[in-house]
Amino acid sequence: MTGNAMLTRDRKTRIVDAPERGTSSLLYTGADWNFETLGRVFDAVREIGEGEIGLDTYRTQIEVITSEQMLDAYSSVGMPLFYKHWSFGKDFVRNQMMYNKGYQGLAYEIVINSDPCICYIMEENSATMQTLVLAHAAMGHNHFFKNNYVFKQWTDASGIADYLSFAKAFIAKCEERHGVEAVERLIDAAHALQSHGIHRYPGKRSMDLATEERREKERRAHGEALFNDLWRTVPQAKGKKPATKKKLDEERRKAILKLPEENILYFLEKTAPRLQGWQREILRIVRLIAQYFYPQRQTKMMNEGCATWTHHRIMTRLHEKGQISDGSYLEFLHSHTSVVMQPEFDDRRYSGINPYALGFAMMQDIERISLTPTDEDRSWFPDIAGNGDAYGTLKDVWANFRDESIISQYLSPHLIRRMGLFHIVDDHDVEEMEVAAIHDERGYREVRRALARQYDVARRDPDIQVVDVDLAGDRRLELRHNVVDGITLEEKDADRVLQHLADLWGYEVRLIEADDHTVYAEHKAEPMRPFA
Amino acid sequence: MNIIDRRRDPGGKSLANRQRFIRRARALVRRAVREASAKRSIKDVEKGGDIVVPADGVREPVLRRGSQGGKREYVLPGNKKYIQGDGIPRPDDEGGGSGASADGEGEDDFRFALSDEEFLDLFLEDLELPDLAKRQVMGVEEVQPVRAGYRSSGPPSSLSISRTMRNSLSRRTALRRPSPEEVAALEVEIARLDDEGGHEDKIIALREELERKQRRMKLVPFIDPLDVRYRRYDQIPKPVARAVMFCLMDVSGSMDEHMKDLAKRFYSLLYLFLKRRYKRVDVVFIRHTHEAREVDEETFFHSRESGGTVVSTALEEMARVIQDRYPASQWNIYAAQASDGDNLPMDNPNTINLLKTAILPLCQYYAYLEVGHAREDGGGDATSLWKAYEMVAGTEENMAMRKVSHRRDIYPVFRELFAKDGAKAEAEA
Repeated sequence: MTGNAMLTRDRKTRIVDAPERGTSSLLYTGADWNFETLGRVFDAVREIGEGEIGLDTYRTQIEVITSEQMLDAYSSVGMPLFYKHWSFGKDFVRNQMMYNKGYQGLAYEIVINSDPCICYIMEENSATMQTLVLAHAAMGHNHFFKNNYVFKQWTDASGIADYLSFAKAFIAKCEERHGVEAVERLIDAAHALQSHGIHRYPGKRSMDLATEERREKERRAHGEALFNDLWRTVPQAKGKKPATKKKLDEERRKAILKLPEENILYFLEKTAPRLQGWQREILRIVRLIAQYFYPQRQTKMMNEGCATWTHHRIMTRLHEKGQISDGSYLEFLHSHTSVVMQPEFDDRRYSGINPYALGFAMMQDIERISLTPTDEDRSWFPDIAGNGDAYGTLKDVWANFRDESIISQYLSPHLIRRMGLFHIVDDHDVEEMEVAAIHDERGYREVRRALARQYDVARRDPDIQVVDVDLAGDRRLELRHNVVDGITLEEKDADRVLQHLADLWGYEVRLIEADDHTVYAEHKAEPMRPFA
Repeated sequence: MNIIDRRRDPGGKSLANRQRFIRRARALVRRAVREASAKRSIKDVEKGGDIVVPADGVREPVLRRGSQGGKREYVLPGNKKYIQGDGIPRPDDEGGGSGASADGEGEDDFRFALSDEEFLDLFLEDLELPDLAKRQVMGVEEVQPVRAGYRSSGPPSSLSISRTMRNSLSRRTALRRPSPEEVAALEVEIARLDDEGGHEDKIIALREELERKQRRMKLVPFIDPLDVRYRRYDQIPKPVARAVMFCLMDVSGSMDEHMKDLAKRFYSLLYLFLKRRYKRVDVVFIRHTHEAREVDEETFFHSRESGGTVVSTALEEMARVIQDRYPASQWNIYAAQASDGDNLPMDNPNTINLLKTAILPLCQYYAYLEVGHAREDGGGDATSLWKAYEMVAGTEENMAMRKVSHRRDIYPVFRELFAKDGAKAEAEA
């Protein structure tokens, strides 16, 4: 869930430029750069990005950092400042070791969804890489952050830096006042539930009085218009009993607590009986930060696709305009192709679908469809095929979709064939895995649907909800995991998280894993060291 | 657009988090450090390095879907031969040779690097020098002045002006000493009335007032001897911050390379340990056959000598060196002796005598390490030197003796010798 880190470098390559022919329009020669070069490069990149493609970006702030600082940034999920916690130290020592041993390269850049948009770039990048990075992050990601609807809906780019600095200071103050250990334990518990501290739907706004009154009037008028005294005389159905008192109580209770609630951290923050003010505030901090990163998870593939397509177009245009040399362009292509490489499923290097590869391929494909469609494209995408406005179409897509929806809308048969996508189903009760669909006429839609499901974040995270709690009785908290396809929770982890939850809640907690027909498992936890 | 150069910013942003992590995993890291150090050669013991701790101990649990069971779907790229409806045999569960752990959690151990400093800290954690307190009392020869409040007499150089002025101010306030400003104001007023003329009565009253004030100013001095305070110093005995370590070793023919290696490892550990406790540590190497000589390190470990074995010569040499260069009042003296246990039988009484009267009273700690080969029967007879020393060690507190026959025993034995009381109990449990 980092700020978008571009694919890591696997090998260091630097293609030596051929001797230049006294061209003055080149932005730079050789691999070296200075701040003046960066400024020149940025202007040229922006001229193409904003002038030709018509991107709409936040102001950019470029920060040049060293590899050590990049490692630091890694371990605070890419953010410039973050509160202190041992788990970030754990990430840090791991990354540091992987880097020092050479198992893992560092990203060329990190870009942060903030206003102004902060791009960290590494000092050891060559001039070509800096150009690529600026096109990728300062143009591509930046445009996406500013325009995509999920980001618009869920994040406040101008406020995040201030909020993080508040969070850091607040937590430091709590540590001073209540002890590092107490705060650390609370953050442990909050982190364990972080994946379930997200609002997936915008909340219901409570209406103002005027609206409420108007609605009430409309309702009454409607009732009067439909009034018919005959209904009173219709006999009641025999089997149907009036709801019992107990049932009513339960419903009322749930309504008051707004149950069921899937945002567990939010529920605890508002309802947990024994937490103190500062503890609620820390839960809120963890929850809001998780919420801030939620759009990134939903749009990872698109976001990278947008940035990769943008840098590819900008670099190509720079080369066409003679602003970068052939050597630089080759260096760029080398790096670009290794970024968008997609190993096939039987390749030793295969580790899932590369979001850069799929994203870039989809953007290219959409461009192709809108410029030079085939008959097949015309029948599949009548709304965009051949409309001649590739940039407009892409910008529209970037603004209004997320990973799951863009795939189910725009993954074309052409691309399915090209990538050789196929869909397999692995049912535990059946002996063998089955190939359910391949890239043929019968399979396109099925493959597309399955791939879209794979990118559906709400489906990937288990659906766990707080369903009931009797605040007047024994205060036991009831949760339910709505099991999909018979896949239950990782048991050990679930028990540990539940222990944290019980400590936060202060009373017994029970989690039932079930679907409509079967109850798969039940976990229980009693508070061992309740927070209070 | 702004370009900001962050390269000069102070680094180490993650240091605090890193320390928190190590503190969190301290018990695990400590165990890992001990294990790692057992495998290393002694030269590398103080180097930092990779540490592997079980992932379970630093786990961050989340609610996630399990990897077993249920109905799963995948979309994969690169289809070559499959058509719809084909069956694919399921790959072996948890296979892939990725070293998935036996309980199916599949998370590898957590590996990271420690710095030299951190490594050594954990390595020598909860070890303590014996009798440190005793030496602090004994070492009264060197004292250090420490501030300890105020007193009313003393040399002018330790006059505390701020404290004196504070007393003076409160006394002047209490006795209502008129301030110079008040007097000056009065004088100005009188002069003004004088100039104007015609206020004779008033002027007389004011003059009286002025006179009274001036008298009071004289009576109540600005600084009274009562006010004066001097800084007070206590003389606190200063712990001696340097140590000398004597390495005594038998180099007669019966000591083979293996035994020397064991001894060397023990000396290195002791040296490391002392170096962390004292500012300065000297090392003196004394080797002996039937006669003893102080030598340099190279000779000590590597050159061979033939002859009989007379331990007392080494002790004599040590006593001489102490007398010459390391007076016990200024140095903490440690000695470690390694031997295979041979001694000329008739020398034993002499050795014990020397040890008791000349060496142990001067030493902080005297460790005797008997090196040998592991025997199959596990036991073996006690050597003559061992028997002799046992008598001394039974009565003297600052002497310890252990047998070591294998490299892996060195560190445990060392820990046993220097463990804090609490840790000792833990080790025995």
